[in-house]
Amino acid sequence: MSANDADDQHITEVSGTGVPIPGDDVDTDQILPAKFMKEVTFDNMADYLFYDARRDDDGEFNDHPLNRFEGASIAVVNSNFGCGSSREHAPQAMMRWGIDGVVGESYAEIFRDNCKSLGIPAVTTDHETVVELQEWIEANPDGDIDVDVENETVTYGDTVIDVDVDDAMREALVEGIWDTTALMYSNRSKVDETVADLPYVEGDD
Amino acid sequence: MSEGTLYDKVWDRHKVTELPNGQDQLFIGLHLVHEVTSPQAFGMLRERELDVAYPDRTFATTDHIAPTEADKRERPLADDQAEEMLSALERNVSDSGITFFGFESGKQGITHVVAPELGLSQPGMTVACGDSHTATHGAFGSIGVGIGTSQIRDVLATGCIAADKQKVRRVNVEGELGEGVYAKDVILKVIQDLGVDGGVGHVYEYGGPAIEALDMEGRLAVCNMSIEGGARAGYINPDETTYEYLKGREYVPEGEAFEERKAYWESISSDDDAEYDDVVTVDADGLDPLVTWGINPGQVIEISEPVPHPDDFEARTDREAAEQALDHMEIEAGQSMLGYDVDVAFLGTCTNGRLSDFEEAAKILEGNTVDEDVRALAVPGSETVRQQCEERGIDQTFIEAGFQWRRAGCSMCLAMNDDALEGDEVCASSSNRNFIGRQGSKDGRTVLMSPAMVAAAAVEGEVADAREYLDDGPTGGAGGVEEVAD
Repeated sequence: MSANDADDQHITEVSGTGVPIPGDDVDTDQILPAKFMKEVTFDNMADYLFYDARRDDDGEFNDHPLNRFEGASIAVVNSNFGCGSSREHAPQAMMRWGIDGVVGESYAEIFRDNCKSLGIPAVTTDHETVVELQEWIEANPDGDIDVDVENETVTYGDTVIDVDVDDAMREALVEGIWDTTALMYSNRSKVDETVADLPYVEGDD
Repeated sequence: MSEGTLYDKVWDRHKVTELPNGQDQLFIGLHLVHEVTSPQAFGMLRERELDVAYPDRTFATTDHIAPTEADKRERPLADDQAEEMLSALERNVSDSGITFFGFESGKQGITHVVAPELGLSQPGMTVACGDSHTATHGAFGSIGVGIGTSQIRDVLATGCIAADKQKVRRVNVEGELGEGVYAKDVILKVIQDLGVDGGVGHVYEYGGPAIEALDMEGRLAVCNMSIEGGARAGYINPDETTYEYLKGREYVPEGEAFEERKAYWESISSDDDAEYDDVVTVDADGLDPLVTWGINPGQVIEISEPVPHPDDFEARTDREAAEQALDHMEIEAGQSMLGYDVDVAFLGTCTNGRLSDFEEAAKILEGNTVDEDVRALAVPGSETVRQQCEERGIDQTFIEAGFQWRRAGCSMCLAMNDDALEGDEVCASSSNRNFIGRQGSKDGRTVLMSPAMVAAAAVEGEVADAREYLDDGPTGGAGGVEEVAD
């Protein structure tokens, strides 16, 4: 079997230019509107990222940050980012657009889990620090941002800030064990033991 | 750390092992699958040459893209993309030996409506689905979690998810609900009090007199919207109401086997001396019906209250969100939502698409007519609900009032089928999200409310107080349109 595709997937740091995506409670319906989920693969999702927000009434690109900061790798967001629908289409679209890491105030649980599944570090820091970084990107669109997952820091210009990385996410990314299918597939006999002890499964015919 | 709660007990029973990344490997007792978030997961499975590990614990139906007009269900579907999604699902479940409730089964519908009514969702289970409203199943005292597509792949391949244990917040809802006030109002109140991100890092255990008094359909509505409060899951301890609901359902054992199963259900309830990470109280006594005025489900007021001013909010983030909301909704602070013009009325969804929802709305519609400027859609949450309504003649009440009576699906909740808002239409909606663009138009406006309130809004063509139409309403008397003043 080939469940173990997780070789060599250590993600200790990601870097590149930034894109600020300001606003609290940015939901996954905004990130990837539902009408674009009618495809059986994720292949085209980059085209639909923030589709409505990025276009004016005539369908032309407006001054949305994703239009102004094309080529960016690090998204900088505010609080409760990715709330709402569980659709993995949202972080898939971000990843396929070019985002390798996210710095933000906080994330909705499912969104953060989805990022972990995709190997996208989603790190957190406080509001003021996020706003300063967003302003720095506006002033330095070509400036590099380095997200060090292992040491929980973000470096931009001459500034180094401490950030938080959820323990499980850090462990998974740094150790290259974020492909949970492979991990869990190897525990099949233990699963059988757990299942054997569940009254509702045993009683099933 | 919580101890002795249902969440702790169910977690421990389903924990396979601790993974090297620090997460727990958790067995999923019920995996629900639909056409939108699963095809990519089945694709990944095929790439790795893996089989579905527990097809008997996996059930599928079609909901998000399902056309709700009977003549549009002919195959192939007119919408090529929808047809491709549905065909892919049919192929995947057929190849894997997964039970599928398709259009022809008579049981098709929204995953979170179908699984409870068939008795698939039971106390003490773990339930997962590629849909955030999987929290719904917590109404039975199970742990229901919404997952992304990579996690769907995990469950298909291994029967498990990798998960972090959350904190447990006990949410005591005190008081008694008056006539015309429902579970939907309770959960909107909870979200208003605790915030749309208040539950991040937590699961909510709902309890207290207002919760215990709810029937199962009301409990499903409450748990359904846990995710709108930021909680990863929400649940209610099982009790006699739960057991009575389950008795006789298709996937529930009978006779002695039922009693054995019930012993397990009782054993997983939170202990009397359970320890919680946090305990909060929400007062629902004398609550008026609630409606949203903004663009997230926490921006909600009792119908008797004025729309708040941004300055009323302490937190900067809440002030900014309020300003954005007033702008999008085209309303003024201080204004009443009563009288806010409505173009569309939508009754259905995994929150409020069950039999009792249509029964309550029918009480309002009986003898009344939908406003001529309102497009009104009644979309049962499942084909079973549709049949139940038709057996009781409820469909006729809706049709005579001027509602379109549709087939089961998610419909206008997220507008992945033909049902969508146009332009800046305002929709009085029994759904769960009023996000900008949620109902298919980026300028569309959604006002969340209970089914009874949707019916009243449909009749009046504006947001109204449904209690005016009930015998024991605040002004008494069953009001016709003319007598109702706002």
